Amino acid sequence: MPGRTVSFHPDDRYAAFLRTIPEAPFGEGRLAGVPVAVKDNISTAGIETTCASRILEGYVPPFDATVVERLKRAGAAIVGKTNMDEFGMGTTTENSAFWPTLNPADPSRVPGGSSGGSAAAVAAGLVPLALGTDTGGSIRCPAAFCGIVGLKPTYGRVSRYGLIAYANSLEQIGPMAKTVTDASLLMEVIAGHDPRDSTSRDCPYHHTPDPEIRGLRIGVPEEFFGEGVDARVASVVWDAISLLERKGAEVITCRMPSMAYALAAYYVTCTSEASSNLARFDGVRYGPPADTKKPWHEAFQERRREGFGEEVRRRIMLGTFALSSGYYGKYYAKAQAARNNVRADFERLFCDVDVLAGPTMPTVAFRFGEKSDPLSMYLSDILTVPANLAGVPAISVPCGKVEGLPVGLQVMGRWMEDERVVDVAYAFEQGRSA
Amino acid sequence: MITERDTEHIAQLADIAIHREELASFTSRFNEILEYFDLLDQVGMAEESGERAYNIFREDEVVPSLSQEEALSNTTGPEDGFFRAPRVM
Repeated sequence: MPGRTVSFHPDDRYAAFLRTIPEAPFGEGRLAGVPVAVKDNISTAGIETTCASRILEGYVPPFDATVVERLKRAGAAIVGKTNMDEFGMGTTTENSAFWPTLNPADPSRVPGGSSGGSAAAVAAGLVPLALGTDTGGSIRCPAAFCGIVGLKPTYGRVSRYGLIAYANSLEQIGPMAKTVTDASLLMEVIAGHDPRDSTSRDCPYHHTPDPEIRGLRIGVPEEFFGEGVDARVASVVWDAISLLERKGAEVITCRMPSMAYALAAYYVTCTSEASSNLARFDGVRYGPPADTKKPWHEAFQERRREGFGEEVRRRIMLGTFALSSGYYGKYYAKAQAARNNVRADFERLFCDVDVLAGPTMPTVAFRFGEKSDPLSMYLSDILTVPANLAGVPAISVPCGKVEGLPVGLQVMGRWMEDERVVDVAYAFEQGRSA
Repeated sequence: MITERDTEHIAQLADIAIHREELASFTSRFNEILEYFDLLDQVGMAEESGERAYNIFREDEVVPSLSQEEALSNTTGPEDGFFRAPRVM
């Protein structure tokens, strides 16, 4: 029935939202009246969308992203836009131009990023479902740090139309929820072919999670428990893998040598793509205006210096450098070769195993300010970037705690086998609560 | 190693103004990160995976799009139905 609304006045003590819709309209369908939070880099017609950046302050998209259209068609109420690292560039949500979001599991710690607002909104119980985006772990990291479920779908399974692009070849929109069943339901609503995204595949997702995993072969790459992985996190994750083994899965240790170069390949690729994508923010078509009395370059440069935060400027400049004449071969071309090696490693491993498992993040949630130098923050993405480089599905499911802080089990699957990673996460969730 | 002069040049190429007082810090961060990227020197170029990207074509059909009014809805001070931009010449 049109005309109905959900009243949404949350106690947002963790600063998860950038803006909320006090009376959010909803329609008929599977998600009739269900409040859903949407990350602020996903276009929502009539609702300000800033990517948590000053350069898009005041921008109100005249159209909906395909995922938002699908949510509305399913009856959902879009109740707000969630905080994030500016343009998705960060692992803590501290890079939001507006304010940091707190982790509901421990407000003295970050919620992870870049979809930190969506994770915190779900973890705090403000919404049952939220959309995040994952370029190098931005759904799985905050899901792990906040103790919820987050799925990065196979590249091409969910339309990116209306997602404000950061690194097109890596990113996907995906579901975040408290349970695997809820995440799977949201995935069912948003997945499917979209002619407006030329990388979209015609592969809808209709699935009810099945906890039966007898005979499943789980590969555990040694590199996922290597240098930098907190021994206590490793122990919790091994316990989780043992639980899956007790439920009938076979656990096989393996090697993924391409991990040595995966992070460097990821950062060269994403910064290169960002340098091109973010060239569109010039203060002419949207956002606070450039000074039209000044010459083009001067006006453009000043607007971009004022509008972008430090990390965004750093990544645009790094990407510009990596693509510049004389350096393309050393950085971008090598990164693509390394990316192919990551894909090849996944293909080889998936001949012998059905899924790969390991920790989502090497540590528990950081304290605010703990990752103040950019390289150390980049290094914390080491376990999540391989799935983006290869385009394969990966899920993070809560699997225990270290000193009261949530730890995520990551399950990666073959290309287009999102259903299988969901099933393994569900088997764990059911086994743990039994 | 890149120098502060290189950083200024990159900022120019990227069309992002950089202030004098920021140069030292940006340059030192760049060098730390680029030193890490040097790991890629060890990657051989011959190693290739089977999966390649390919183009998906569609018919070039005219479909409804944003109206002029919608397209201009986020700009400041449009003129005669056009965007106003800084002068190029």
